[in-house]
Amino acid sequence: MEYPKMVTVDRVEDEAAGIKNIFFKHDLQAKPGQFVMAWLPDMDEKPFAVGFQTAEEFGLTVSAVGPFSNTFSQVKPGDRVGIRGPYGTGYKLEGKKLVMVGGGYGTASLALLADHALQQGCEITFIVGARSKDLLVYTERIKQMGCTLITTTNDGSEGMQGFTTDALEKLLSEQTVDKVFSCGPEKMLLKVAEVCNGKVSCEVSLERYMKCGFGICGHCCVDPIGIRLCVEGPVVPGETALKITELGNYHRVQSSRKETL
Amino acid sequence: MLASGVMGVSGASLKYVSENGAGAVVSKSIGPEERKGHPNPVLAEFKGGFLNAVGLPNAGVENSLGELEFAQKNASCPVIVSVFGGSKDEFVDVAVKANSIGPPMIELDLSCPNTEVDFGKPFATSCDDAAYIIREIKQRISTPIMAKLAPNVPNLAEIAKACEDAGADAISAVNTMPGMLIDIETKKPVLYNKSGGVSGPALHPIAVKCVYDISRTVKIPVVGIGGVTTGKDALQMMMAGATAVQIGTAIYYRGIDVFRQVCEEMETYLKENNYSSINEIIGAAH
Repeated sequence: MEYPKMVTVDRVEDEAAGIKNIFFKHDLQAKPGQFVMAWLPDMDEKPFAVGFQTAEEFGLTVSAVGPFSNTFSQVKPGDRVGIRGPYGTGYKLEGKKLVMVGGGYGTASLALLADHALQQGCEITFIVGARSKDLLVYTERIKQMGCTLITTTNDGSEGMQGFTTDALEKLLSEQTVDKVFSCGPEKMLLKVAEVCNGKVSCEVSLERYMKCGFGICGHCCVDPIGIRLCVEGPVVPGETALKITELGNYHRVQSSRKETL
Repeated sequence: MLASGVMGVSGASLKYVSENGAGAVVSKSIGPEERKGHPNPVLAEFKGGFLNAVGLPNAGVENSLGELEFAQKNASCPVIVSVFGGSKDEFVDVAVKANSIGPPMIELDLSCPNTEVDFGKPFATSCDDAAYIIREIKQRISTPIMAKLAPNVPNLAEIAKACEDAGADAISAVNTMPGMLIDIETKKPVLYNKSGGVSGPALHPIAVKCVYDISRTVKIPVVGIGGVTTGKDALQMMMAGATAVQIGTAIYYRGIDVFRQVCEEMETYLKENNYSSINEIIGAAH
């Protein structure tokens, strides 16, 4: 039933400045890469990727970037939040030697995927990037999981200086990889898809304004192919992402007007 | 055909539906200027269907013409443009502007149930208002006009007749039926707009009766809308008098290619019952 289920906030953890992980005691049974719609009554309802999940609980990563996420990131244990979902395609695990490329809070859903992949005996190199050292997220979690961690910062304050995609190109030139997964800023995802195109299978997780979450309203259809990112996405093959010409250029706001990125 | 309000936000979304078997697609309604629509939740399910109050979000007619042209160029079927206005004259103005791209037909959304706070009662509740808008538009443009009517009026057939007399070329019936769902934990209406419009199977028998009543009264074609999910539902609409059928909510129940599935089911019925043409069943229930 497409109807919000009220769940209780169990705890809230700080991840980095402005980024929080909010945990709920509820067996969500999402696939890594899927999202939920989170409802704050009287305010709004927005999509969030599932970043943490066990049989007992799940967690969402919230970056305070607008009125909704600001309010959401201030919830306290015991508060009730409406949840619908999980929705959308998840990542499709294939192969044994995998690379994850995460930028900012998008890294959370990849960490959940890495969790699943490690249980299946995969070997994972996890590239995490940020502008500077203090903005790097989930690095402790990734190290503890047993992935090989490569960090990149634009200013060189930690790890390799440059972008995650520089690290990816270097890695692909040195070793054979079965599949690349990426989540983070749109321009980074496009670059990942370009780098992998024709060389290695890849999937990227995209983001657009969503209303229904289950494929009726049409708000998250992307140009020019028209697929719905809530049903045929948010995770799409790299080749599909390269066909979506609006990526990196514009998105549609609540009214549906195009706005330049 | 695809019903207005479902998918249809952009040119690409209309093209995508056309690739999945729709015989025509109707755009989401376009108004005079940009409108955000209501905050989420805008849709919620109950056991008989869905309740929605999206609130006519659109980029405004000027910004939408490019989207519609993309659809016209790239969709594999006719693209009908749906328009609305807050006032009667605005309505006429939007229809004339939308007509500049040369659509095969314009549908007038005279009956959205979810914008009463902003716009007052829908024009489809009044014979005079609906007739005025149609007359004024027909004086200015020659494109066929289809008036989309509301189910929650006591004199639907009379309103449809007023539309026909004013020059409407077709009637589409019906829009959603006003409703509300209350979340018993938060003790609040689930939709941000509080009330919404009921679509899906719960609307179907209401819509069939509306189509039946209208098609007894008018001579112009009637397009049946409301809860059509299967070929059998579409056949009921046509036996009630519809010459075509629109589908929206069923995309949720059966996927984006529901259009293809419904057509195949109708064909199977016609074949099994030895009809040579769909025309033989139109109005058969009268």
